[in-house]
Amino acid sequence: MSDTNNMPLKEPLFSAKNKKLLTDPLGKENPINVQVLGICSVLAITVQLKPSLVMALSVLVVMGTANVVISLLRNTIPPRIRIIVQLTVIASLVILVDQVLRAFLYDVSRQLSVFVGLIITNCIIMGRLEAFAMKSKPWPSFLDGIGNAVGYGWVLLAVAFFRELFGSGTLMGYQVVPNIFYEYGYVNNGLMILPPMALITIGIIIWVQRSRDKSLIDIS
Amino acid sequence: MTNRYIFLYASGMVILVALILSGAATLLRPLQERNMRIEKMQNILSTINIEASKGEAEAMFDRYITTAKVVNHLGEEIEGDAFEVDLQDENRKELSERMLPVYIADVDGNTYYVLPIRGNGLWGAIWGYVSLDSDMTTIVGANFDHASETPGLGAEIADDDFQDQFPGKRIFDETGQFRSVRVVKGGAPPDDPHAVDGISGGTITSNGVTNMLQSGLSAYESYFKKINTL
Repeated sequence: MSDTNNMPLKEPLFSAKNKKLLTDPLGKENPINVQVLGICSVLAITVQLKPSLVMALSVLVVMGTANVVISLLRNTIPPRIRIIVQLTVIASLVILVDQVLRAFLYDVSRQLSVFVGLIITNCIIMGRLEAFAMKSKPWPSFLDGIGNAVGYGWVLLAVAFFRELFGSGTLMGYQVVPNIFYEYGYVNNGLMILPPMALITIGIIIWVQRSRDKSLIDIS
Repeated sequence: MTNRYIFLYASGMVILVALILSGAATLLRPLQERNMRIEKMQNILSTINIEASKGEAEAMFDRYITTAKVVNHLGEEIEGDAFEVDLQDENRKELSERMLPVYIADVDGNTYYVLPIRGNGLWGAIWGYVSLDSDMTTIVGANFDHASETPGLGAEIADDDFQDQFPGKRIFDETGQFRSVRVVKGGAPPDDPHAVDGISGGTITSNGVTNMLQSGLSAYESYFKKINTL
């Protein structure tokens, strides 16, 4: 367990290296598009935009916090049970988020019900804990967590945007496809609501991204 | 790191996590329970076409719901706090032992009867409230909710589009036979007073609503007849 940030001099909070931690996961290190992790939750909750937004924010909180907690504990965690320790930290944070949502944002928590619990199974979180927080200082870990959560979040929202728009004709629950379209025979695409279309939508996003950035091809 | 360290570390972690989580749960419980009470009041009120915001739900509930009582399957009033009756427990009992809550509302001189129902959807429980006009036949409003139905499919039972089909439907036919209201796959006949349109892709949830209405409301049949002959 060696620190990646063993610098003799104090590093500025947003050094070029730290900025990269935040920005890389948005594009060429994106957990969904490039590493193809956390796909299950993308399939499950992107039927509508609003639950996706809350999911993205919940993951942001859990991931930022879990990365910091594990990073602080990294030198005390026995390597043989590190996965269990990580899982315990994630699960506790998820339960806390769930409890807080239920107490203060009851409507939202009603909407997300099962999905909040599903954050525990989001492999991106554990992936970052194992790959980064276990061997990095708290601040870079925090940035890494936030970066990856935002990288996850924007893909989630992008997929949800298209699925809700074409599947239900609404966005955030408000109708955006004018009634006149329906009168002239426009029909919502029922397939968009079903999970396979989430996979296909992600496939298209991955395709577009890779055709624009050739260096991503053959990475995963 | 020795086994001893690992054991101590694991136990320490578990105890700490348990303390934090139970602390949070205990601290937040009153807020959560209040939210649930308010939601229940809002749902009951919405079936009699009163939209109450979170802040005013309790006051509105006290104002419009004049009586909340518990009856049995023979329609006789029995001891109990209607608001605290847990339908999940009641539905497991024999019909003759069930506590059936009734909320009687008075809105501008009209009397409405709000009845809670509960059943199963595809993934978990579904529940709701149906309000009847004083003829005990015509539905004034219905409100449904669910634990974990599929968003965009079965979960649509909680949406206005689905619930707005219920007002005006009738649970008894002209001969006084109990007919309930069915949720019909592929669409209900337009002039059928005992059916509403199902949800595309949400057939099992729709059937769950049909069954819930059938079994939930039929338990009150004696009560309805009793009120009607008064």
